[in-house]
Amino acid sequence: MILNITTSLKRGVLLVRVEGELDMHVAAEFRDAVDNALETTGVRHVLLNLQGVNFIDSSGLGVLLGRYKRISVLGGIMSATQIQPQVLQILELSGLLKIIKLYHSEKEALECL
Amino acid sequence: MAIKNQIKMSIQSLSENVGIARVSTAAFAALVDFTLNEIEEIKVAVSEAVSNAVIHGYEYQDGEIEIKMTLYEDKIEYIIIDHGRGIADIALARQPSYSSDPERMGLGFAFMESFMDELHIESEVNKGTQVRMVKKTLLKTEH
Repeated sequence: MILNITTSLKRGVLLVRVEGELDMHVAAEFRDAVDNALETTGVRHVLLNLQGVNFIDSSGLGVLLGRYKRISVLGGIMSATQIQPQVLQILELSGLLKIIKLYHSEKEALECL
Repeated sequence: MAIKNQIKMSIQSLSENVGIARVSTAAFAALVDFTLNEIEEIKVAVSEAVSNAVIHGYEYQDGEIEIKMTLYEDKIEYIIIDHGRGIADIALARQPSYSSDPERMGLGFAFMESFMDELHIESEVNKGTQVRMVKKTLLKTEH
């Protein structure tokens, strides 16, 4: 199980593209990659492109919640796009969609943020 | 009730094995005509149970996790056993948002409960925990 994470800065938003299965095995790697990028860039908003994520469980949700907590105290917004249906279902059930804004595409998200 | 098929696995308590357990249980579920969505639900439930064993049962230390998958006429059953720390208060641990770690959501048991038809937890402190989950296969045909 390998997780691929690429982070880039787009219009003052940290764009995080993830590929893999977001479970306990990769949770720390994901957390460190996003936290390092937040520190390096100094931005507050995060946009997750989850197109390549085909599985998430409560460990993955926990690490998303942790990043949300981190940026929201600074006034940052967490948003996501391209979520696969089975992952969307888990996000919905967990209540995380109350704090993560959904967009149809990266372009739409970056225009709105 | 007659057993139609059974697989027993033993894995070391390692985070990289959680994905292997997940894939194996999904492959076993695919022997029955579950929908893709139902197989996803089983993957999440098993992932939660095995993760719990690694994180809480063995607290990331060495240990053995047993996984027993059984197919009956009308249901599929997954039993996940660890011989770790055990759960002192099962009712408390089952509450949604109960977690000992701020970066965790405490939704493990809630997911197992909502994605499976039955969830039974037996635990003894310093002896270990057994999680038994059942999903009904009624009206489903076998491949």
